[in-house]
Amino acid sequence: MRLRRNLTTLSFVAPLLIGIAVFFLYPLVSAVYFSFTKFDLLTVPQWVGLENYKRMADDPFLLQSVRNTLWMVAVFVPVRIISAIGLSMLLSQLKRGAGVFRTIFYLPALAPPVAATIAFVYLLKPGTGPVNTLLSHLGINGPLWFNSPDWSKPSLVLLGLWGIGDIMIIFLAAVLGVPVSLYEAAALDGANAWHRFRYVTLPTIRPVILFATITGVIYTLQYFDQAAVAGSIASGQAVTGGGISTAFGFPEGSTFTYPLWLYTVGFRYNALGYANAMAVVLFVVALAVTVILLRRSKAFSGEEQ
Amino acid sequence: MTTVLQRPQIKIPAPDRRVRRERRLTWIARHSIAIVLAIMFLTPVVYLVLLSVMTSQQALTSDYWPNSWHFENYVRVFQVTPLPRYLLNTVIYAVAATGFMLLSSVPAAYALAKLKFRGRNALFLTVICMMMLPPQVVTVPLYLMWAGYGLTGSLTPLIVPMLFGDAFCIFLMRQFLLTIPSDYLDAARVDGCGEWRTLIRVVLPMARPGIAAAGLFQFFYAWNDYYGPLLYTSENESSWTLSLGLASFHGVHHVDWNLVTAATVLAMIPIVVVFFFAQKAFVQGVTLTGVKG
Repeated sequence: MRLRRNLTTLSFVAPLLIGIAVFFLYPLVSAVYFSFTKFDLLTVPQWVGLENYKRMADDPFLLQSVRNTLWMVAVFVPVRIISAIGLSMLLSQLKRGAGVFRTIFYLPALAPPVAATIAFVYLLKPGTGPVNTLLSHLGINGPLWFNSPDWSKPSLVLLGLWGIGDIMIIFLAAVLGVPVSLYEAAALDGANAWHRFRYVTLPTIRPVILFATITGVIYTLQYFDQAAVAGSIASGQAVTGGGISTAFGFPEGSTFTYPLWLYTVGFRYNALGYANAMAVVLFVVALAVTVILLRRSKAFSGEEQ
Repeated sequence: MTTVLQRPQIKIPAPDRRVRRERRLTWIARHSIAIVLAIMFLTPVVYLVLLSVMTSQQALTSDYWPNSWHFENYVRVFQVTPLPRYLLNTVIYAVAATGFMLLSSVPAAYALAKLKFRGRNALFLTVICMMMLPPQVVTVPLYLMWAGYGLTGSLTPLIVPMLFGDAFCIFLMRQFLLTIPSDYLDAARVDGCGEWRTLIRVVLPMARPGIAAAGLFQFFYAWNDYYGPLLYTSENESSWTLSLGLASFHGVHHVDWNLVTAATVLAMIPIVVVFFFAQKAFVQGVTLTGVKG
């Protein structure tokens, strides 16, 4: 009887168990092993000990990609969260057309990242793009946006703000879930709008802010598509063999995020051992962030709620 | 408790004229901000659509408004680029990945939510870790594995893993299934239903919104995916998807910008259509991922 029940359970999770073994544990262990070796697509891995890890310290592109990704974590994540809270507060207070506005703000989040990036590169084209044309009418000399090493990452942040819909919906649900009685009690105490936000809304939605911060950091650690496409399209250069654009990171490596550099090292320069060393470092960082999430958030514990 | 707090509204004085005027002003201010923001959110798409119906010469200028409307660009882009091929590949990828994911992940999510077994918490933690793992960490070993089977250059490495569960969708559906009272399941079991029959007859009909949300996420993910096709199919153009094709248009084919934007708009249309048909399930799904901690 008990055996039968176990077999039934197993039949439910067997595919998942295979998936975990083949597509998660096996490549993870391999990545750690490969990180101590040197090889490319044609040669057999050769043990080199810690050499790949030592090499990381002397790789100027790697250091730049770390700086780029840290920049994104420090700017992209908070800007997106603050804007999403603002937008959800605004939506929650609209009396007319809230549904229409919600849909308009949400939809861009679903646009294919490649399509959205192309749209923004066109929109922000330095010479003839509509944004700079508009700015010049106002007497402002628009920046070079995706073509400037200083402005390429802020341009990516703008693109990320356009696709803010997913976390906005999460915050909207949280903001609407704040008990009305709390606001009423605060109003009776003479709290103004800012006080009501600061002392009622913010504490109530704090768990959601934490969740959005951590998932935002994880998302930023793997930020790849938009950076890759923005670099190659803004440069106007051809995408060459193997689909690896020579223009990844354009301009001047300013859009080389860590995963993008990892991909380039592995599949353009064929330094597969080194790429795996980078992967292991990425794994350690992502794991640390995930552990924080698991410790702080009840929803992720396996316990029944 | 709450009803007591809500009842006495007496203490707030009836709005006098000044207060009413203030309220109207904030109403106008809020809606004006919302309208300005809505225009900003719509601008990129509107601009893209306008650009896509210009002539190729005008698309190079800084004009916003087409001199003449060339809707035939949408037909031409199918004729002069491999767009039909990309579209077909994208549909194959998205439909197969979604179908396979549901087959493998619904039972797993059900087990994690409703069955008691040893190691369940450990299994759930593993699913969370998989969900949080940046795909680039395991990229090289997985690529080598698929290359060993000679399957790179096709969409197989992206579709087959879906038969073995998708961590995010399992997580999402588990969260949904937790909200279904276990009494229904117990009743079915008392009536002699096995676990599989309970799942199919009782749980599936009740869990439809959660399953729909997960299916939509998977479909959208595959439709929009760039990293996966770039990694596995870039060496073989006949397997390219829309995302990969769009990103490569500039270099590989000497296509005019109006056609590139037409293709870009086309890539967005199915997403918008699907969203409007399933808006409720989708918004519910997003909310579910952000469950309070």
